Amino acid sequence: MLPAQPNGCNSPDMSLWVIQRDLLLAMRRRADVLTTLFFFIIVVSLFPLGVGPEINMLRTMAPGVVWVAALLASMLSLGRMFSSDYLDGTLEQMLLSPQSLSMLVLGKALAHWLVTGVPLVLMSPVLGIQYDLSTEALLVLTASLLLGTPVLSLIGAIGAALTLGLRGGGVLVSLLVLPLYIPVLIFGAGAVEASAAGLGAGAHLSLLGAFLLVSLVLAPWAAAVSLRISME
Amino acid sequence: MSILQGSDLECVRGDRRLFKDINFSLEAGELIQVHGPNGSGKTSLLRMLCGLAIPAHGKICWHGADIRSLKGDYYGAITYLGHLSGVKDDLTAIENLRISSALAGVEIDTKKAHDALQHMGLGGRELLPVKVLSQGQRRRVALARLLVCRTVLWILDEPLAALDSAAVKLVQNLLEQHLAQGGMVVMTTHQEIDIAAGATQRLQLA
Amino acid sequence: MAINWFKYSSPASFYFLAGKMIPLFTIAAIILFAVGLYIGFFVAPTDFQQGEAYRIIFIHVPAAWMSMFLYVMMAIWAGIGLAFNTRLSSMMATAIAPTGAMFTFLALWTGALWGKPMWGAWWVWDARLTSELILLFLYIGFMSLQAAIDDPRRADKAGAVIALVGVVNIPIIYFSVKWWNTLHQGASVSITQSPKMATTMLTGMLIMSIACWMYAIAVILMRTRTIILERERHTVWVGELQGVTK
Repeated sequence: MLPAQPNGCNSPDMSLWVIQRDLLLAMRRRADVLTTLFFFIIVVSLFPLGVGPEINMLRTMAPGVVWVAALLASMLSLGRMFSSDYLDGTLEQMLLSPQSLSMLVLGKALAHWLVTGVPLVLMSPVLGIQYDLSTEALLVLTASLLLGTPVLSLIGAIGAALTLGLRGGGVLVSLLVLPLYIPVLIFGAGAVEASAAGLGAGAHLSLLGAFLLVSLVLAPWAAAVSLRISME
Repeated sequence: MSILQGSDLECVRGDRRLFKDINFSLEAGELIQVHGPNGSGKTSLLRMLCGLAIPAHGKICWHGADIRSLKGDYYGAITYLGHLSGVKDDLTAIENLRISSALAGVEIDTKKAHDALQHMGLGGRELLPVKVLSQGQRRRVALARLLVCRTVLWILDEPLAALDSAAVKLVQNLLEQHLAQGGMVVMTTHQEIDIAAGATQRLQLA
Repeated sequence: MAINWFKYSSPASFYFLAGKMIPLFTIAAIILFAVGLYIGFFVAPTDFQQGEAYRIIFIHVPAAWMSMFLYVMMAIWAGIGLAFNTRLSSMMATAIAPTGAMFTFLALWTGALWGKPMWGAWWVWDARLTSELILLFLYIGFMSLQAAIDDPRRADKAGAVIALVGVVNIPIIYFSVKWWNTLHQGASVSITQSPKMATTMLTGMLIMSIACWMYAIAVILMRTRTIILERERHTVWVGELQGVTK
């Protein structure tokens, strides 16, 4: 059954509504959610097999490896954000909604994060243990992913909207969004290294927080513009 | 000044010009049936009327104002039923109806959604996921939106496709009722259907 | 002024105007390249620290400047096209992208050639080189997106969005790469304290930069003309043009 509806229909409520809808859809297709998570786990586990089990090297590599894997996992699932709604005509209805399209897109991006980002965040301490990270490093890694993965979903929404319905859209979206993910990668992985070097992760985490705020404001708007362009 | 007015509309798809110099005006209680062979731009015209597509030339006005400047205010006044039904396979009929009407800015409770689906002849199937329903039944789920959204202008792309004769009758009644209450309808259909309206216009493309 | 602007913002009049301008810019580019290269190779003194290898900066530095200017120009034209629905500005943006990507690639390549004798490695993860590499990715993203879209109007607008998103991100990316680079200080070599440059070197570099500008303008105008012909092939004036040339 549908979750209880908020009263009234102003825009922020609309975002919640879309989040609830997308979570409900994800619940009906749990396999998709698990695929992304297993992809993340497998990629992270492949690195020691490629570079050797030397534990000191693995410890230095861990933040970068986990972050790159998170980038790829989040990017691979971007195709799902709009394409099924596009194929069955629901996206047209969303564009014709009297509600603000940016708010709908914000809802969809946050739902994408809840479905793909949050499982990665929860799984990362376990994977960090494989790389023998200290408890403090594990905490910083998790915190950096918690702040950084929503940015990935928000920026990714722009790429997903622009490549909607295109041939080879899945590969194309990686060309578009991966360069834009670089700052998040640098400060996300950098946070763990900084804390390991005794510099404290505060500055890095604050910057990730700033990225999150900026992308919360700008990305839904840019993605909404892109959706209108792609649906024209 | 008419309520909905299209002037000098032109549509270009890739290299081809589908139509040009399309003019029409629509008043309360009136119906426009768009005719034309496949590929003549019927769907493109309806998408333009919704503001989804931008005409290569010409403009569409709602109460005298360009629909592209009205945006949300205009979207609140129309219901569009596209070639794609906008029904999610994984959700039940009731969930679909409640979500699509919430998107359109009308919140309805389970009871109301239930009644609307019952009226569309889907009684007993409200709680099934839509993917197990037939094409015609899915279309009925989409059409049920017309019962719950109180909008003035209905823009319907092949609303009768895949429907059986009982459902066609149902839709016909629904449209007549809407027109009698001063509503407006723009629709395409390949089936010949008589709908009593204040005035019926035929718009022939190509 | 305003009237002129609107006259030449129609693709047809622009097509003919550009046709007249291209030879001028081409000749200017050839002369300036010849003068610039002559100064670079024969007049400019040998650097006492870097020897003859430094002479690659006469291409490297102008190419790096161009790569950045052109991205901003591209984003501005694309943005104008998106905001005011002017087809010509979108075509300009599309025409700029390959030239910008070419200069970015040239800057990277000459950077590698310069890096080998200077740093002993073809590639170092220096902040500037890394940012330049990311800039190349941004150009490639823009061009791939436009190439994947069949409808030119959608291609123009979608390209504009990604170019503008890129331009907003470039300072953030540059700043992050710089931060990342200082954090990993050991691996990098600083080239910020370059020796004081001789006047002839500076003159040579400026002439080469202007030559690059002239070349870029000529090539971009040519490409814009081709795009105009392709997009307007069904119009009367292009039909007449074909009649004339046949």
